[in-house]
Amino acid sequence: MRSFAVRRLMNLVMTGLCGVALVAAFIPLTSVLYLVISRGAAGLSWDFFTALPKPVGEAGGGIGNALAGTMYMVGLACLMGLPLGVGAGVFLAERGDGTLGNTVRFVAEVLSGVPSIVIGIVAYAMVVIPMHHFSALAGSVALAIMMIPGLARATEELIRVVPGSLREASLALGVTNWRTSLLVILRTATAGVVTACLLAVARAAGETAPLLFTALNNQYWNFSPVQPTASLTVAIFNYAISPYEDWHEKAWTASLVLLMLVGLLNVASRLLTRNRLKGAR
Amino acid sequence: MTAATSPAQTDAAPAPVPAAAPAGGSIPKVEVQNLNVWFGRNNAVKNASLSVRPNTVLAVIGPSGCGKSTFLRALNRMHDLVPTARVTGKVLVDGQDLYTREVDPVLLRRRVGMVFQRPNPFPTMSIEENVAAGLVLNGIRGNHRQVVERSLRKSALWDEVKDRLNHAATSLSGGQQQRLCIARALAIEPEVLLMDEPASALDPIATAKIEELIHELKEHYTIIIVTHSMQQAARVSDQTAFFYMGELVEMGSTEQIFTNPKERRTEDYVTGKFG
Repeated sequence: MRSFAVRRLMNLVMTGLCGVALVAAFIPLTSVLYLVISRGAAGLSWDFFTALPKPVGEAGGGIGNALAGTMYMVGLACLMGLPLGVGAGVFLAERGDGTLGNTVRFVAEVLSGVPSIVIGIVAYAMVVIPMHHFSALAGSVALAIMMIPGLARATEELIRVVPGSLREASLALGVTNWRTSLLVILRTATAGVVTACLLAVARAAGETAPLLFTALNNQYWNFSPVQPTASLTVAIFNYAISPYEDWHEKAWTASLVLLMLVGLLNVASRLLTRNRLKGAR
Repeated sequence: MTAATSPAQTDAAPAPVPAAAPAGGSIPKVEVQNLNVWFGRNNAVKNASLSVRPNTVLAVIGPSGCGKSTFLRALNRMHDLVPTARVTGKVLVDGQDLYTREVDPVLLRRRVGMVFQRPNPFPTMSIEENVAAGLVLNGIRGNHRQVVERSLRKSALWDEVKDRLNHAATSLSGGQQQRLCIARALAIEPEVLLMDEPASALDPIATAKIEELIHELKEHYTIIIVTHSMQQAARVSDQTAFFYMGELVEMGSTEQIFTNPKERRTEDYVTGKFG
């Protein structure tokens, strides 16, 4: 047994090291936030959220169409991606011990590691080429493909940690297997699954590469699934690589808007998953 | 340790163990005939036969790993969930064999309810929702407040929770949670109640409440309780079955098992020589 002094010193050293790691991780995080807020906040105005972009040289204008386009395409992607992702996760957790389950799990793991630009090309080949033009639909297909594998794996893990005793309790009440899966097991995992969904949505909202050659861009409002559509990320990309100072400012402000959107989703997930019951742990 | 067991598994005739005859000619509520349960190649319950009269309590005792829980779970087909499990023989409830093709295990479990070793209330549901869970999860809509109150009264929990029915079930103490689970099982109005060491995770006061409850529930239900506590078996049951190494060694009235066992192994166990 080492002496008390040595152990105390060791404790202090280790605590100190953890503190240093915390600060080191915190610095880039806060500097990103600081930079985006300080550079972007000046450009925030009602118009920025609602107006169409103006041509170069004209003052004012906004990114209303890009904001709407991102929400529209992410919404469409959710309709496709969330049910498939969560459903696949439930399947993997409940019936995924056979060959099919192992195959699905393996594919999901590989797919979640595929770079987003590759998924953009796949969506280009799957949707854009047959339709002969860029479209919001193609963009959301790409985003949905991005969402599914991670969501499926996260859902599976979340469901697997639900205690087996709850399944037994439900089955012993004469509840069928599928009702038990959905109403007891999935419901118990709901808080985690909702968080996983919102993180997937936030991640999709922040993707540029899969949209570049699927949804392309649009200078005007568009809510048709078969037309090219603007998005926040592509707008940021275009503004940032442009030679105009005014557009650089817009890129910062658009980044701030994107950051707020993602932040809002995170707050929403916290609120939605708060336990509504009194006395709950 | 007693001599190696040699159950007459090849014999199709009723089991060699002395199954207690139903007294007074009353029809047994539950009748088990030549029940075998296998997990893979492991014969966990060997050729057990017994019968339980309506409105009585049967205690199933025996050392750890003797197959008593396995036996109990065969009575509402919980082994269906285990891919490697195989059950042979008959389990008759009101004369109907549960292991025939016609019986839907889901519907069967509404007639044969179960309470588990550890309280397992649904953590996302309130107290009230937990009690009504058997109805709601089965798609029965409507106002279940009456059923909830009746079930909670039967499980002697009503007075303690009536003012906080909307609180989380997990906010209750362990003993209260177990009585909540009993109420939940009672809400779907089963005829037979299986209890798998329902008090083993509870303190002595909570245990006493559960035992008292079993006495009251006997009026309306047939109860089969697995317990590792011989004192508990003696306190709550009318009949006792002793399992050892998968074999039903002896079954008889609780008094007879504890005071005048016929089998040497039963005597050794109830007098504390092993187990």
